Amino acid sequence: MSDAPEVNGAVVTPLRVVIALCLVAPFVAMLWVGSYAKTDPVLAGIPFFYWYQMLWVLLSTLLTMVAYKLWQRDQRSRAARKGGASR
Amino acid sequence: MKDGVNGVALGVFIFFFLAVTVMGFLASRWRRAENEHSLDEWGLGGRSFGTWVTWFLLGGDLYTAYTFVAVPAAIYAAGAAGFFAVPYTILVYPLIFTFLPRLWSVSHKHGYVTTSDFVRGRFGSKGLSLAVALTGILATMPYIALQLVGIQAVLDVMGVGGGENTNWFVKDLPLLIAFGVLAAYTYSSGLRAPALIAFVKDTLIYIVIAVAIIYIPIKLGGFDEIFAKASAAYAQTNPATGAPRGALVPADAGQWTYATLALGSALALFMYPHSITATLSSRSREVIRRNTTILPLYSLMLGLLALLGFMAIAAGIKVQNGQLAIPQLFETMFPDWFAGVAFAAIGIGALVPAAIMSIAAANLFTRNIYKDFIKPDATPAQETKVSKLVSLLVKVGALVFVLTMDKTVAINFQLLGGIWILQTFPALVGGLFTRWFHRWALLAGWAVGMVYGTLAAYGVASPTQQHFGGSSKEIPGIGEIGYIGLTAFVLNAVVTVVLTFVLRALKAPDGVDETSPEDYTADAGDPGVQVELPPATAGTSH
Repeated sequence: MSDAPEVNGAVVTPLRVVIALCLVAPFVAMLWVGSYAKTDPVLAGIPFFYWYQMLWVLLSTLLTMVAYKLWQRDQRSRAARKGGASR
Repeated sequence: MKDGVNGVALGVFIFFFLAVTVMGFLASRWRRAENEHSLDEWGLGGRSFGTWVTWFLLGGDLYTAYTFVAVPAAIYAAGAAGFFAVPYTILVYPLIFTFLPRLWSVSHKHGYVTTSDFVRGRFGSKGLSLAVALTGILATMPYIALQLVGIQAVLDVMGVGGGENTNWFVKDLPLLIAFGVLAAYTYSSGLRAPALIAFVKDTLIYIVIAVAIIYIPIKLGGFDEIFAKASAAYAQTNPATGAPRGALVPADAGQWTYATLALGSALALFMYPHSITATLSSRSREVIRRNTTILPLYSLMLGLLALLGFMAIAAGIKVQNGQLAIPQLFETMFPDWFAGVAFAAIGIGALVPAAIMSIAAANLFTRNIYKDFIKPDATPAQETKVSKLVSLLVKVGALVFVLTMDKTVAINFQLLGGIWILQTFPALVGGLFTRWFHRWALLAGWAVGMVYGTLAAYGVASPTQQHFGGSSKEIPGIGEIGYIGLTAFVLNAVVTVVLTFVLRALKAPDGVDETSPEDYTADAGDPGVQVELPPATAGTSH
């Protein structure tokens, strides 16, 4: 039944596009150094450059969690569609 | 620096050190399986770790003592450029979310213990597998040596083993003892020892960071004050280079370096054998994905820790050797007993990764050199025996390295190690998703990347060093300064793709692929997986 859950059905679905976006977003944000290489606005005495990147630790964690939950849903729906009869 | 030995701090340090030593030896009884004489048991903890143990183990493994000392030291020395460690660890997690579960599944299905096992099975090439194994061992050795450098920094600041005038034996005795103990419990308990000790290490580290990040800024007059002082210090001209010491924010020219270092390091991290060892020891595929959502807590800690570099400047810490900046800051700012706790955190922080790294290097040697080339009919018990011995040898090697050579040599090699290990990425991650790459093309790409990376790093001079002065150099064709490892990786990938087209056109013999597509998505609960592979015989299943 769940022999190859990841290759069943259409490979690209809207759900998977969202998962991919969640995983790609941190790369765009972090590698575009020019977007955050500045001191202002200062937060609690810490220059923007530093607190912004620390904020992204939290944002990327959140995005990975969303990706994880969506991935679980994706796998469940596929398994159900494929193996519903045998279960 | 205060003269003499800091007795209270040393006492606290020794207390924690003894506690983890006892834990290390007792660890062999923790979750023991019936068949302890297999590499799966000694080298992967029986592949039984759940979400939390894996979290502590991976955290203890990746965020090493050297990280704790070196990241703030880099900030202390030059400012913003050292902060790349934070985006680097941010990028790691989405990356491993994508490929590590596949590696876990295929390894579980076929009993792979190392990345080279997988490469050999996937591409049917012992040569490629040997290249990956040698790269792994070469890159890991200096990393272990750097853990010793981390312990040395702490011992120096506590006033033991520091002085230049004492004879070498007395000077290095504390380090020898620490490593003797480490070697003994790794030998007897395998991966279970660092897994258990990691709990203590991470708890101590979290406490120390939490206290440091609140207590020290209060004593120094707040973050405004800290950054103002740091900014003034960076603006001063360094007599050796004629340029300012550093900056609070990377200038335009430094942004390529910053981004390429972050990306290259993120790609490289999970190519290191010790990261893979900790990953494969987890119980299921879900444990890994779940971990990518909780591991970033360590990145947050790393970010806070990096800020200590600014505090060291604001507190007026003046050290010749930047590695001593943070231990010195702790000694200056904290009461003695808490400085002892902080030093214990760093010291134990060195033991956990050193143990895992030596186990990982030993597994590589046993599986991919000893078994593949020297004794193909080795039994699991023999494999385990060889691995235990090699783990000792690897540590002794690292110790000799640190004691006989200058510290900068270890750091240079560590820098090279990062560049080297990244060159195994196409074979490993490429192989997890496609069988299109040709094994000979992968080998050629690897060789090109290794040679370019080594030569380029050799050619980098710094004010204090003629060679290996840094890890960044002009990227050919782009003209910006970027991380050498990433440039070498791009070259590697281009060579691999071009040669694969050529070899496919010439119909060069393709190796046998022993894996099948569904192996990459198998999970522990799936029908078939456990029946085919009872944990105790995993090492013998092929």
